[in-house]
Amino acid sequence: MNEAVVSEMPHDASRTQSGTHSGYSYAFLDELTKKSVRRAILKAVAVPGYQVPFGSTELPIARGWGTGGLQVTLSLIGPGDVLKVIDQGSDDSVNAVNIRQLVELTAPGVDTTAATEEATIIQTRHRIPEAPLHADQIMVFQVPLPEPLRVVERRESETRRMHAEADYGRIWVALYEDVVQHGRITRSAGYPVVVNGRHVMTPSPIPKWDVPRLHQAPFLSLFGAGREKRIYAVPPLTDVVPLAFDDYPFAIEDFDGAHCARCGSDDTFLVEVPQPDGSSVMSCSDESWCEARRTERGQS
Amino acid sequence: MSAIATLPTEMVRHDHVASRNAEQIALKVENLEAQYGRGCSACHELTGPEHSTNVCGQCGTVIACADVSFAVRAGRTLGIVGESGSGKTTVLRCLYGDLNPAGGTASLMTYEDGRANLFTASAQVRRRVRNFDMGMVYQHARDGLNLRISAGGNVAERLLAAEWRRVDQIRARAGHLLERMEIPRSRMDTPPSAFSGGMQQRVQIARALANGPAVVLLDEMTSGLDVSVQAGVLDLVLELQRTEGVAMVVVSHDLGVIRLLCERTMVMKNGRVVESGLTDQILEDPRHPYTQLLVSSVNA
Amino acid sequence: MSVFTPQPITHGAAGQSSATALPLRVRNLHKTFTLHVLGGKHVPAFHDVSFDAPAGGFLGIAGASGSGKSSLLKCIFRTYLADSGSVTWNLTDGSEIDLVQATDDEVLDIRRDEIGYVSQFLRPMPRVTAIDLAARPLVERGMERAEARERIADLFARVRLPRDLWDGLPVLFSGGEQQRVNLVRALAVAPRLLLLDEPTASLSPDLQAEVVTLIGEARDRGTTLVGVMHDTDLLNRLSDQVIVLDQGRRVA
Repeated sequence: MNEAVVSEMPHDASRTQSGTHSGYSYAFLDELTKKSVRRAILKAVAVPGYQVPFGSTELPIARGWGTGGLQVTLSLIGPGDVLKVIDQGSDDSVNAVNIRQLVELTAPGVDTTAATEEATIIQTRHRIPEAPLHADQIMVFQVPLPEPLRVVERRESETRRMHAEADYGRIWVALYEDVVQHGRITRSAGYPVVVNGRHVMTPSPIPKWDVPRLHQAPFLSLFGAGREKRIYAVPPLTDVVPLAFDDYPFAIEDFDGAHCARCGSDDTFLVEVPQPDGSSVMSCSDESWCEARRTERGQS
Repeated sequence: MSAIATLPTEMVRHDHVASRNAEQIALKVENLEAQYGRGCSACHELTGPEHSTNVCGQCGTVIACADVSFAVRAGRTLGIVGESGSGKTTVLRCLYGDLNPAGGTASLMTYEDGRANLFTASAQVRRRVRNFDMGMVYQHARDGLNLRISAGGNVAERLLAAEWRRVDQIRARAGHLLERMEIPRSRMDTPPSAFSGGMQQRVQIARALANGPAVVLLDEMTSGLDVSVQAGVLDLVLELQRTEGVAMVVVSHDLGVIRLLCERTMVMKNGRVVESGLTDQILEDPRHPYTQLLVSSVNA
Repeated sequence: MSVFTPQPITHGAAGQSSATALPLRVRNLHKTFTLHVLGGKHVPAFHDVSFDAPAGGFLGIAGASGSGKSSLLKCIFRTYLADSGSVTWNLTDGSEIDLVQATDDEVLDIRRDEIGYVSQFLRPMPRVTAIDLAARPLVERGMERAEARERIADLFARVRLPRDLWDGLPVLFSGGEQQRVNLVRALAVAPRLLLLDEPTASLSPDLQAEVVTLIGEARDRGTTLVGVMHDTDLLNRLSDQVIVLDQGRRVA
């Protein structure tokens, strides 16, 4: 998606009899497509962690730019919803902005926001917001590679068999080999987890920092992979346990006491931000959270 | 009691040795049948040793094995001997779940107390039984090992599949098993692709034994090895028979291997069992024409 | 010594016996080999043989070579499968089992626990030393390996097997040396029944005498013996009773 596409869309806000807007179906997708996506979502919720195939459709953005997550969002969203879209913690990246604009344009009655607590649906690429999430919020993850077993098995037929039979020895042995070679598990983004004690799942490339937040979470997490045509889910209050050993336990990123150069937080996921002088500083990855902290501090 | 059976109890989570009644049937197979092709009503009539073929003349289906029944007691070894195409390897592949049988039953002492048919269990249950209670040594190491991961990792995979979750215990167990197979601990983290054929087969045996299985299946395990190397591998298997209390099924076309390892022998031809009995009886008083031919052809 | 007390075994094909002093009863045993490789040629081994072996006694089987003596022993041991007739063995627990009809597993149990067989030919195990080979049946019955080796060493000394051969590979031994390993292996476990096929064939007279002594000791411990020997004098000296086979039939 780019500016050109958006600007080509009619802005006259004229509505057809069926309640569509701008000549497009509500939320861009036609009703049958949304229905089929919702059906996949229901199945995904019913079998936590299981990758449900779905007929991923064409969108006015390229595959690989969040089309899976967007189809989930567009199928769920309706009047009264408030949408937040983030890209690695940023509400202002081009991709996040474009997705928000597409929804604003085609789904009347939906508001968009940067404030986490206001959102009913949060579509994200590679992060979970720092702010606590609630039972009436839905996380929609954009997933590039939904198959956690791909690293150990190339063939789709074989990975599907492995999931069906809960035959997870090989992914475990990959972690074992990691420990043998490096003295620790080096896997970071997209850390494999066991969902509901059954399916091994990749939580999309979120940092390890965010993984524990999926465990017994109050909110529903939906994962959409547009290019790979898979949808999977973690329903609220479901066990999400990272693959790890009793003597090499799962650990989140350690920032070694560093804090955000802007808001001063030392309890958030930090990223390195290059400075004009060639140096770099640590800063909150979740910009809206950082902003709120700074505002809070400014007021007090 | 072997050194394996006297590991700390918390490490041997699925050790059946202690509870194994020496006179218990560990594995029972009845009327096993496997075929390639759709089959027709004449298949049984038109195949078998009396027709010198396992291909049905009417529909072309291959009856890989049919009417195969046997039982193996804990601590005993059954040999299956026959030429290529006799169905002996098919029997093992069906038991281990590499191939789906067309009919028959298999019960395992350690699965539902031997009361349930393994062949009709779900794929997930079969995988679990295979991971916890069975071991297999393939003719070709590439079928039984992942040659790219370490030797220790190959053994570890079985332990991990059986839910061992401590790297130190896994390494202790894998190292111990490999040492028993005369592979020094210093080579534990080397991939078997760097090993000789005999060493690879010994890694396979260590892997097959990892979980203290009730049944170990050995398919032409020494066929590809030099005679002098064969000897070492066979000695280790003999040693295991004396210490592990497992039931073994040994498939071989080599009567010398059968005489050495098996108390009882079953002779197969064209997918059927033509004769079975005590190994010394089969070798010294063979009754079926094919067995007589087989025995008179070699000086076992 | 517990290891010398055969363990009771359970079995399917056995019935309860009347208390009898005859541990082994052979009835109407018949064996013919059919050689399909030679166009279905029939080679009779023996026909309608019946006899009883008294408990703790030595039953000798005499006859010219080819009279079916060795085949008869192999049929009792189930290395050969009889065509008809019965071999009733009286188990330790008092029940009986027909060794012709018994399952393979039952026969294996009985071989492990009750019945031994010694031929003049040793079947060496590749790469297993003489002492370990002879000790194996003891170890299979649960004796510690060290203790078993000690016991075998005593017996090796008695049959004057040169000490430097104890840890040698029997496949390289002379016929007489192999035979002594075989005998020691069988006698060490003191089975309830011992089948002897020419146990002294390759031995010098003084060694024969030692073996006769050992057989006598086994008998004193209660082992029932059934022996085949071409040496009639020796056979008569050892036996409580002698049956004679001629061309596969019992003639005396």
